[in-house]
Amino acid sequence: MDENNILFRIGPLLITNAVATTWGIMAALVLLCWQSTRRLKLSPDRWQSVLEGVVLTMQNAIDDIAPGKSQRLLPFVGSLWIYLVLANLTGLIPGLHSPTGQLAVTSGLAILVFLATHWFGIREAGWLPYLRHYLQPNPILLPFNVISELSRTLALAIRLFGNIMSLEMAALLVLLVAGLLVPVPLLMLHVVEALVQAYIFGVLALVYIAGGLESHAATRSDGGTAS
Amino acid sequence: MKDMSLFALFSTVGALLAIALGVMFPALAMGRSISRALDALARQPEAEKSILRALFIGLAMVESLAIYVLVIVLIVLFRNPLLAYLLK
Repeated sequence: MDENNILFRIGPLLITNAVATTWGIMAALVLLCWQSTRRLKLSPDRWQSVLEGVVLTMQNAIDDIAPGKSQRLLPFVGSLWIYLVLANLTGLIPGLHSPTGQLAVTSGLAILVFLATHWFGIREAGWLPYLRHYLQPNPILLPFNVISELSRTLALAIRLFGNIMSLEMAALLVLLVAGLLVPVPLLMLHVVEALVQAYIFGVLALVYIAGGLESHAATRSDGGTAS
Repeated sequence: MKDMSLFALFSTVGALLAIALGVMFPALAMGRSISRALDALARQPEAEKSILRALFIGLAMVESLAIYVLVIVLIVLFRNPLLAYLLK
């Protein structure tokens, strides 16, 4: 971690720029949620319908990939989406950097996804059936299954980090070479890419979790014939 | 100092070659996948949602290959771990 990234320290903890920005985003989100859910009405006003639209869209997106699981998955995947959209777009505000442009932040998110896959999977099926799906087509494939779990987590982290970091760096380089106002088209690309990467991260997390959930359905259905 | 200039030369050339190749092949792959998705879309416009979702996930997967190359290239250019041995 860069030395100049550190804002201040609390005891042995070094508080970096990314952490402080994340705290800011969290505070803004908590405040927003508290403000907008304080007076919920049966006939929604304008702001409440916007929020309901957002939640419904996410719910439908989850239901498309993991049918019937949206109630259980919405808190995790929805928070990932909302946080990532805000975090990726923070880089556009002058003076702030996207926390997702730091490998530590994206690795943390990827580890959360990795753990959530097993958490949801084990809760769905129990320990043994869940662990047995690693032996699934053939016990010989066990190392490959484990490697694929790990490598896709790594890929998840590197993808988000690389995209966001390279966008900021590209804008910076163009600014150095060409001068003021020239990086504006790149910043527009940043908006698109930030939204796309947030969507992709959430959808991939969803696909992995759904894969963990579905593997036992498959195990259970042909468990009777196999054993 | 000769070592140093050779090191700079080779790492720059290597980085440029790596990013050139590492962008070229994912670009070919992305073009293929987009054209196939458009084919599928022309044949079955009603399946637009699932086709586009698969396309986006696939594009992200392919694009991440180029991003890996970029990360490696940036490491080679800015934080080359081998530089420490050279300076010692």
